[in-house]
Amino acid sequence: CGICIEYCPTGALSRPHEFIDIQTAPVSKGAAKKDPSAANSGRSLLLPGLKQELTRGYHLTREAMLKVAGEAKLSLSDVFGVSSFYAYLPRQSKAVNRIRICRCVPCDMKGAPAVVRTLRGELGIAPGEITADGKFSLEMVSCIGACDRAPAMLINDELFGHLSPEKIADILKKY
Amino acid sequence: MPEKRIVLSKCGNVDPGDISSYRRLGGFEAFLKARDALSPEGILDEVKRSGLTGRGGAGFSCGLKWELARKTKSREKYLVCNADEGEVGTFKDRYILMNDPFGLIEGMCIAGLAVGAGLGYIYLRAEYHSLYDLLVKAIEQTRQKGFLKHMDIRVFEGAGAYICGEESALMNSIEGHRGESRYKPPFPPTQGLWEKPTVINNVETLMNIPYIIKNGAARFSAMGTPRSKGTKVFCVSGDVRKPGVYELTMGSTLKELVVDLAGAEEIKAVQIGGATGSILPGAKIETPLSHETYLGSGAVVVFNRSRDIIDIVYKDMLFLHEESCGKCTPCRDGMEAMIEIYGRLLNGQGASEDIRILEDLAQTMSLASLCGLGQAAPVPVMDSLNHFRDEYEALIRQSEYMRSRAVSR
Ligand SMILES: Cc1cc2nc3c(=O)[nH]c(=O)nc-3n(C[C@H](O)[C@H](O)[C@H](O)COP(=O)(O)O)c2cc1C
Ligand code: SF4
Ligand code: FES
Repeated sequence: CGICIEYCPTGALSRPHEFIDIQTAPVSKGAAKKDPSAANSGRSLLLPGLKQELTRGYHLTREAMLKVAGEAKLSLSDVFGVSSFYAYLPRQSKAVNRIRICRCVPCDMKGAPAVVRTLRGELGIAPGEITADGKFSLEMVSCIGACDRAPAMLINDELFGHLSPEKIADILKKY
Repeated sequence: MPEKRIVLSKCGNVDPGDISSYRRLGGFEAFLKARDALSPEGILDEVKRSGLTGRGGAGFSCGLKWELARKTKSREKYLVCNADEGEVGTFKDRYILMNDPFGLIEGMCIAGLAVGAGLGYIYLRAEYHSLYDLLVKAIEQTRQKGFLKHMDIRVFEGAGAYICGEESALMNSIEGHRGESRYKPPFPPTQGLWEKPTVINNVETLMNIPYIIKNGAARFSAMGTPRSKGTKVFCVSGDVRKPGVYELTMGSTLKELVVDLAGAEEIKAVQIGGATGSILPGAKIETPLSHETYLGSGAVVVFNRSRDIIDIVYKDMLFLHEESCGKCTPCRDGMEAMIEIYGRLLNGQGASEDIRILEDLAQTMSLASLCGLGQAAPVPVMDSLNHFRDEYEALIRQSEYMRSRAVSR
């Protein structure tokens, strides 16, 4: 959760500038100044801030985390700790198009494993990997709330339901 | 019994991008009545008398929750609509938000009046990002019509964590912490977001509010069973001909839902309430669905004769293991042990003491876990052991036999 990083003396010594920078970073002005209520300041800016960085980049870089940490007046390890909790805030480099296919029971029953096999074949990668050209990544995720159209997957934010192995090639062509 | 559409009454009939089409169907009349003709106490009284209960899973009285928050003294109060909908097999909230966002916003406006909340959040799961713009636009239109003078509503997006549907984890997430559950009490209506009184309600719960205010508590409480009033939106998936959302009065039987409406055949078992839901054998198809019996989030997954129950429970456990927040030991390590045992069973490595170990573990987890995830995780395990014990025993016997052959050869 990041706490041990923050308090680890060895870690702090090896990368002192970050921690010191953040803790003494000038308070960013703007919304926080005008509206001091908890809903508009400090920590509550964290998740929206991280998400915004994500839409610019596709994955969280160290610089992005540092920037958000400065805005929210938190240390880098704290931001790291929070971001590592959430599946949608990836830190490793993610591809341009993120394919997320559901692996829960209703989709599994309707043939998700066969669709995953086809995806693996088409892309040449296993779940958790990225294609060599960086165009696609493949992830197996929890239910995405489209069980009536099982098996289902998300490519970025677009939903594809009633999948079958035959449909995959056509869908991938669109990207 | 045919479908009874109250929550879904406007779905499909309004343009989700245009508030005037919602107004034409009588939208916001309930809000105007609540604002101009009723006092906050009057609204509270109506909701309390209606007997409306939470539709997110726990089934707590909505009126009591509101009253508690109203009575707690504080300058700031918050309202949160829980649209995290992560439960396996649940997609009703997506259907509602996609088709009738104004119904939810009207419900939130009324709740804001009753509770005295100045800020409302819609906590939208990240998987539903495509609905974000629709909701923001709907809120903007409502504001322009002048219905949002008493409060503000914001859409807050989650980041892919099922546990953030649990109310205390959800609050941690909004506050910018890791989405781990909190110790309770204090409960949110007394100390919620930033330690201020907070009402957290499911999408469907809030969708019932306009109907109750408009038609009166008596009309609403005439439907349903003694402890479950009104209707429930069910999400049917699995081995059925017509998967989808269906709204039925509380107390309708499982048969009406999965056989008559959704067209299920050769039912072996039904799981009600998602990955932490109860598993019922096909023989119990006449069971009524209500808080008194089985309900949960309204997810109903049907399994036909070709399905392997042990494999299904294993996949449920994989999901829960993945989504456990890891704060408390019984759940974090218990889930680990569960998938280890199930993996062994399915690999032909099962042993006869495994059943006893599963039972022990299930009991420990349900007694000692901190939040609903760990407490309810063993439910499918226990249910499958109760109703399909012979399958476990047959599998273990088979594995033991195969192993003994392998050794003697
Ligand atoms: C693990 C877990 C996940 C939950 N997920 C959701 C959810 O996705 N949506 C929801 O409305 N309630 C969910 N709940 C229930 C909430 O904690 C809370 O009871 C509910 O939002 C209260 O609203 P209600 O009274 O209107 O039902 C979940 C509970 C637990 C323990
Ligand atoms: S029961 Fe599970 S999900 Fe709930 S607090 Fe404990 S570890 Fe987290
Ligand atoms: S189980 Fe796949 S979308 Fe719900």
